[in-house]
Amino acid sequence: MDMSQYLDIFIEESKEHLQNMNQILLQLENDHANTGMINEIFRVAHTIKGMAGTMGYTHTAHLTHEMENALQLVRSGEIEINSEIIDVLFQCFDKLEKYVEAVESNGNEGNEDSEELIELIKKIILKKDTEKNVQESSDFSKNQTKLKVDSHVENAVKRAWEKEYNAYLISVELSTKCMLKAARAYIVINELESIAEIIYSSPSIEDIEDEKFDLEFQFIVGTKADDKVIKSKLKNIMEIETVLVDDLRENNILEFDKINEDTFAFEEKSDYDDRSTSVEKNESNSDEKARKPKVGKTVRVDIERLDNLMNLVSELIIIKTRLEDLDSDGTNSNMHEATEYLERITTSLHDAVMKVRMVPVERVFNRFPRMVRDMAKELGKDITLKMRGQDTELDRTVIDEIGDPLIHLIRNSIDHGIELPSIREKLGKDKDATVELIAYSDGNSVVIEVADDGAGIDLDVIKKKAFEKGTITSEEYQAISDDDAIKLLFNAGFSTAKVVTDLSGRGVGLDVVRTKIESLGGNIEINTSLGKGSKFVIRLPLTLAIIQALLVKVSSERYAIPLNSIKEITTICESRIRQIQGNEVVLYRNETLPIKRMTEIFNVKEKADNNRKEDETLVVIVKKGNKTVGIIVDDLIGQQEVVIKSLGKYLVNVDAIAGATILGNGSIALIVDTNSFF
Amino acid sequence: MNNSDAANQYVVFKLREEYYGIPISYVKTLEKVTDITRVPNAEEYVIGVMNLRGEVVPIIDLRLRFGFEANEKSEDARTIVLTLDDLVIGLSVDSSSEVLTIEDEDIDSAAKFINSFEDDYIKGIGKVDGRMIILIDIHKLVNNKLEAN
Repeated sequence: MDMSQYLDIFIEESKEHLQNMNQILLQLENDHANTGMINEIFRVAHTIKGMAGTMGYTHTAHLTHEMENALQLVRSGEIEINSEIIDVLFQCFDKLEKYVEAVESNGNEGNEDSEELIELIKKIILKKDTEKNVQESSDFSKNQTKLKVDSHVENAVKRAWEKEYNAYLISVELSTKCMLKAARAYIVINELESIAEIIYSSPSIEDIEDEKFDLEFQFIVGTKADDKVIKSKLKNIMEIETVLVDDLRENNILEFDKINEDTFAFEEKSDYDDRSTSVEKNESNSDEKARKPKVGKTVRVDIERLDNLMNLVSELIIIKTRLEDLDSDGTNSNMHEATEYLERITTSLHDAVMKVRMVPVERVFNRFPRMVRDMAKELGKDITLKMRGQDTELDRTVIDEIGDPLIHLIRNSIDHGIELPSIREKLGKDKDATVELIAYSDGNSVVIEVADDGAGIDLDVIKKKAFEKGTITSEEYQAISDDDAIKLLFNAGFSTAKVVTDLSGRGVGLDVVRTKIESLGGNIEINTSLGKGSKFVIRLPLTLAIIQALLVKVSSERYAIPLNSIKEITTICESRIRQIQGNEVVLYRNETLPIKRMTEIFNVKEKADNNRKEDETLVVIVKKGNKTVGIIVDDLIGQQEVVIKSLGKYLVNVDAIAGATILGNGSIALIVDTNSFF
Repeated sequence: MNNSDAANQYVVFKLREEYYGIPISYVKTLEKVTDITRVPNAEEYVIGVMNLRGEVVPIIDLRLRFGFEANEKSEDARTIVLTLDDLVIGLSVDSSSEVLTIEDEDIDSAAKFINSFEDDYIKGIGKVDGRMIILIDIHKLVNNKLEAN
């Protein structure tokens, strides 16, 4: 059977389960006693084991199997959960994630095994054992030597577990004074059989009856009774030196045959049996599989959204028929009506398709609690991560890209923003610092805020460093506003230099963050207050592919200005524009509005033959955050929905141009990057 | 024509009075000069972008790229659309109308012409029936800019 058709499902589902596991682990860490959580992790591990087993990913299945073993002990209350165990579980989680990633990129889990981790898990299990043995104060440790059993026994044990029986390994040592060893052993067997089912015995029952054994013998039994009952029953029998009862679940004293171990996942449940052969076949042609290209991206879609899409498509078909009919008896007004209808449908269709592409930001946010936890531990800081608005939706392509910038910002906050607990106490702040991650939609864009209550950014230090580095002149150093000083952080030169790390660390890679966010059509701002913390505000467009734009004319050229960056359009008198320090400024609604001319920005040589009154100019006021700039254009063409196309790799970083779009007549209009005007 | 020939086939075009050649494997299509939208703030030799069946393709004027004077595009002017890895680029040339087969042994190395202005982009000189065809190193022509970025 070809498994590749299930590959996508496997990846998608494992990722979901892993995400779930991650969350539970984090909760468990704060609430060790919560057995519900442990059950949940157990269930997740078990599910992944089953899935991986079916797909033939033996390493994954093996690891989850060991996790199950350890978790079972926790579940039964025989091991207390502690931070050490949680750390190991986290490591297991990381490993599993790696396997799934490998499956995603190569089509198989790779050859890396997880022996080290399994050793760690076994250590946890053994630790419990040794503790127990010490309690028993038994010199019986020689019986700890591993017992080799075959797969039948293993299956029987597993079946017993499935039926919620306990499986025990019972070791009995007869007293040296014992005369009738066979008879004594017979009593033991009888006694055991009254409360348990003997799965296996060493030596065999026949040999015991024939007295073909020394002083000790061992049984594996399945029973509903617990170990204490068995123990007390057997202890009552005379001439018995020691009795040792070990739960098989918490114990790896059994050494299964190697082959069995590798395929246990398929044998465990009978309904997997018929698949196991095909899985092996899959492994044999794994070479072929290795060449499998990267798995495509998928989006899980609410069926309701698909229904909506279907409805719209049927309406599209209706309007098509209507237009066909118009052909014969078409009057102009009918035609007009039909196109209007068509327009409504295409707009709804666009909305619907966009919604299908939308994914909650939860997908990105989910990895942060873990990251914050790890970093906080590493740096010895107490940090609570608060997240809000995880259900805010963003385009899948944006979701995929936004992760790294956010990681960067959160790292910055934790590493450089938040002070050590001792310092925080000295400053009279709460020892427990907070990092907030908030997402919400705001009109046509989505805002993500990363805020911390740490030290904030010292602007004076930034100014000084920028001056020392020669980024700004001494006059600028004196005159620079706080806003402009913050902007220095995003300077490319600032990020690469070590200078910044000395400064406060802010700025390391902030340039990269800004570039990434701007390439997504968004922008980023910093609000900071020294001693109180900083906040990074990222504003992202809902989608990348299609936007509403205002088409304008500059001389004979046409440009598209994204509508969401336009604040208003107005006319002003040319004579009111003043020159201040070489920049053109106009007083508009009692505020100074910087003026830029499209003809200058885009080096348009020819003059437009403008038919408006000499003194009046058209100004498109564009905004970025709370800042505005007026752009002088020659003429307005109108509002239009435009499909954004990139200029390609050859034309990257063209000043003030964000992309291109193809107009109805086939010509190309360039899309203006209004962010570059600020 | 068989496949082994394709490796030695060159699309030949004219700039001023000289003939140049590009390996045919890079050439996607030959287009007549259409509506080109100027891209401000780009390099001078990038004269703009054109719409090639829904794709936005940057156009390089080879005259400007090689430092020659610009000219009015005539009826014969063509745009050679190249695909280079995942890049699609158009080269604007004076005219182009033939494909020639030039055997490796008929190609002289470019080392002799080291001081010419276009030396960077010349891979060799091909000789066919007494004509000289300047063979262009497309990768160098395109990548020099990419690296500068």
